[in-house]
Amino acid sequence: MKVLLRNPRRELEIPGPTTVHALLARLELNPESVLVIVGDELVTNDARLADDADIEIRPVISGGADAGVPR
Amino acid sequence: MTRVPMKCRVCREPAVIDLRRHNANFCREHFVAHCEEQVRRAIKHFRMIAPGERVLVAVSGGKDSLALWDLLGRIDIPADGLYVGLGIDEYSDESHRYAGAYAEARGRTLHVVDLATDHGFTIPGAAAATRRAPCGACGLSKRHVFNQFALDHGYDVVATGHNLDDEAAVLLGNVLHWDLDYLARQHPALPAAPGFARKVKPLYRLGEREMAAYCVLERIDYQVEECPMAAGNRHLGYKETLNELEHRSPGSKAAFLFGFLERAHDQLARGDAGPEVELHPCPSCGAPTPGELCAFCRLRERAIPVTAS
Repeated sequence: MKVLLRNPRRELEIPGPTTVHALLARLELNPESVLVIVGDELVTNDARLADDADIEIRPVISGGADAGVPR
Repeated sequence: MTRVPMKCRVCREPAVIDLRRHNANFCREHFVAHCEEQVRRAIKHFRMIAPGERVLVAVSGGKDSLALWDLLGRIDIPADGLYVGLGIDEYSDESHRYAGAYAEARGRTLHVVDLATDHGFTIPGAAAATRRAPCGACGLSKRHVFNQFALDHGYDVVATGHNLDDEAAVLLGNVLHWDLDYLARQHPALPAAPGFARKVKPLYRLGEREMAAYCVLERIDYQVEECPMAAGNRHLGYKETLNELEHRSPGSKAAFLFGFLERAHDQLARGDAGPEVELHPCPSCGAPTPGELCAFCRLRERAIPVTAS
């Protein structure tokens, strides 16, 4: 499987098949902090990933400019 | 081959997202409906926007602000956008492109204020001048520009894309430091006041992961890369910590934030946090300030020579 990671952007080759859950555990990523996209489709945590899948693991945490100041 | 065994809670079709906090999975159609419903609830509960009011969305080119702009349109709240050019090299150029592309594709009005062109400084220049973290200067500048633009152009309300994760992280930071003044003023809807437009956060019931998923599902291209100046900042650390809690105990972030809003905020806002500070117009720009020049004009005075050099 080709796995694209961001921040910093990099690509990994990981043997499949596996599940989204297992892939994130292997990469030590918190499922709350990412989305997993196969091709251009979003997949759920228990989806199976084929050995030839193109996968993007997209972080969802962003920002920081407004840390705490209300106005 | 990929299979998706989880089923949508509503229609039992294959799900595209699992939301452990809601103990629910959704297909695309019902996930979008879920997002619309959460925004409707937020707006109604805190009376954020009345029918016919002019709304200005603070648009950064990121997932939250573009999702907010899109969701407001879906629930028949027309809004214009304002993008603030921060001068953070390619990152700002790219963010501007995402904001502009969305506005053009949807036929929306996007206003632009460029800090370098309109105020003579950039965020990297301001960070160098103050020798402090750039996120402080960035937040201060954006708040000032959005507020001033809304007042100058007759907008009733500024809507920002702050989501549940943003608000929970801010709350954690304010609690860790027991900043009662900030806690008293942390709220999804800040009323208008002399020199201040009303400011609302219609996404406060939706998580960061939900907003990213919304953009992916609705084919909204957004700036995925993190701001190069935000790396390692304290706010991001709070978010990671809260996500560790959320992973172990789904619903923790919502319980933390909603519990604060329901049980603690009003007590703090009644004046227990300390005396009111008297504000008067800044002699340079007219914005309300407790001191001589307002914080934005002080920042600008220091940043202009550094940006120019």
